[in-house]
Amino acid sequence: MSQMTSSVESGLGPNLLPDAVAVERTLAGDRDAYRILVERHSHNVYRLAYRMAGNSHDAEEIVQEAFLRGYQKLKQFAGQANFGTWVYRIAANYAIDRLRQRKVEDSRREPPARESEEGHELDPLAQIKDSAPSPERVAGSSQLALRMQQALKELTPAERTAIVMRHWDGCGIEEIADVLKSSTTAAKNTVFRAVQKLRVALEPFAEGRQAARAMGVE
Amino acid sequence: MEHIKEEELIAYHDGDRTNRERVQQHLQSCAECRAALEKIEAVFAAMDSLPVPDPGENYGQRVWAAISPRLPEKQSPWWEAFFAPRRLVTVGAMAAVIVAAFILGRKTVEPPKGGDVTSEEQVRERVLVVAVGNHLNKSEMFLVELSHAQPNPASGKLVNISAEQHRAEDLLEENRLYRQTALKEGDQVMASTLDELERVLLDVANSPEQVTQARFDSMQKKLESRGILFKVRVVQQGLRDRTNPAKQPVQQNQQRNISRMNHKEGNLA
Repeated sequence: MSQMTSSVESGLGPNLLPDAVAVERTLAGDRDAYRILVERHSHNVYRLAYRMAGNSHDAEEIVQEAFLRGYQKLKQFAGQANFGTWVYRIAANYAIDRLRQRKVEDSRREPPARESEEGHELDPLAQIKDSAPSPERVAGSSQLALRMQQALKELTPAERTAIVMRHWDGCGIEEIADVLKSSTTAAKNTVFRAVQKLRVALEPFAEGRQAARAMGVE
Repeated sequence: MEHIKEEELIAYHDGDRTNRERVQQHLQSCAECRAALEKIEAVFAAMDSLPVPDPGENYGQRVWAAISPRLPEKQSPWWEAFFAPRRLVTVGAMAAVIVAAFILGRKTVEPPKGGDVTSEEQVRERVLVVAVGNHLNKSEMFLVELSHAQPNPASGKLVNISAEQHRAEDLLEENRLYRQTALKEGDQVMASTLDELERVLLDVANSPEQVTQARFDSMQKKLESRGILFKVRVVQQGLRDRTNPAKQPVQQNQQRNISRMNHKEGNLA
């Protein structure tokens, strides 16, 4: 690809160019070096964004904004972490701001709009697939998904961010605290609260399954 | 027997080493806490089974295509960007305007009384004002035509906007350079208006050559709702006033008008 020439001239193909070198090149004026970083880390940032936003339209906007901000702030990066972690954090910060803004906007609207009627995608938790989809289980998992969808929406932006970062992406409490702009103790409590709320939401289904297991039905 | 707190069970599930042995021992002998742990595990298992749709192998390329026109070019050496081949036509046109403005300025500006010589700063500003004014005139014409365009019904259900796209692409190059200059000069009102104009131009330039009637209508509505035409006219007026010292107070109103409009938009968003 001709646009990649300046980065390829180094002797390393775009796929082999280390992030740190790509960052240096970008700072030196080689825009195509940033393209390498974008193409390399987009999928990872998208996964976070999708789990935070719950739909692909918002997720794509979060990804684009994260890389735009990353480019603008690249001088501040200065090798403080690896680029993937850094841009992930920018995306998490932007996503939590969007969630907070959305909550404020939603709270102003009366009565709350039913998203499914507006053609929006369902939240990720609404898409749980069952490995043995008998009709009863399909019905059960669909209810479970709806309940979880509701529970996820009821989480505060901080709780949703904390649970996504902690559980899905295995982030440390310090990293979560950094995004939430809170202490590590507060971040830990936020994770606990999120799990508690989801657990309470799942309670009827978990009890049903335990009973079914005890009766040998499942 | 004192049961394990839920927080501790969640931490235990997360692999936290604090009190791990104590929790483990307790779980062996307490069915109630084991059941509580199972419920927590069920939450995580449900989360683990959630799919994230695959955005596709070329997703990274799509992200790049979407953001690259919006990347500021401050990290490039200025001369490299300025003399890039695809910019030469635009740069040539701009140079002609700037030279014309400069010559015009030299011929028409009378030396101020008291022997002061017009400072380089003033000449530079005059040149910029004329060049940006010219760009805004072209942009205004483009916006007016786009907002009043009546698609040709003979072309079927799709509206061909290839001509508008070419014009938007040409204006984009100029717009970016003037926006960056305005930013450097600290002219926030100008920079913000040019930034909004750039979004409209990008929208048109990145659309397919033929769009559906619905999409075309939506583009026109977006233009109207953003009030970009009004903002461009306000900035144009501000530029005219800048060259006419008698109207300085009018120029100060420019910032207020646009700020008010932006504030109104912010409330609506």
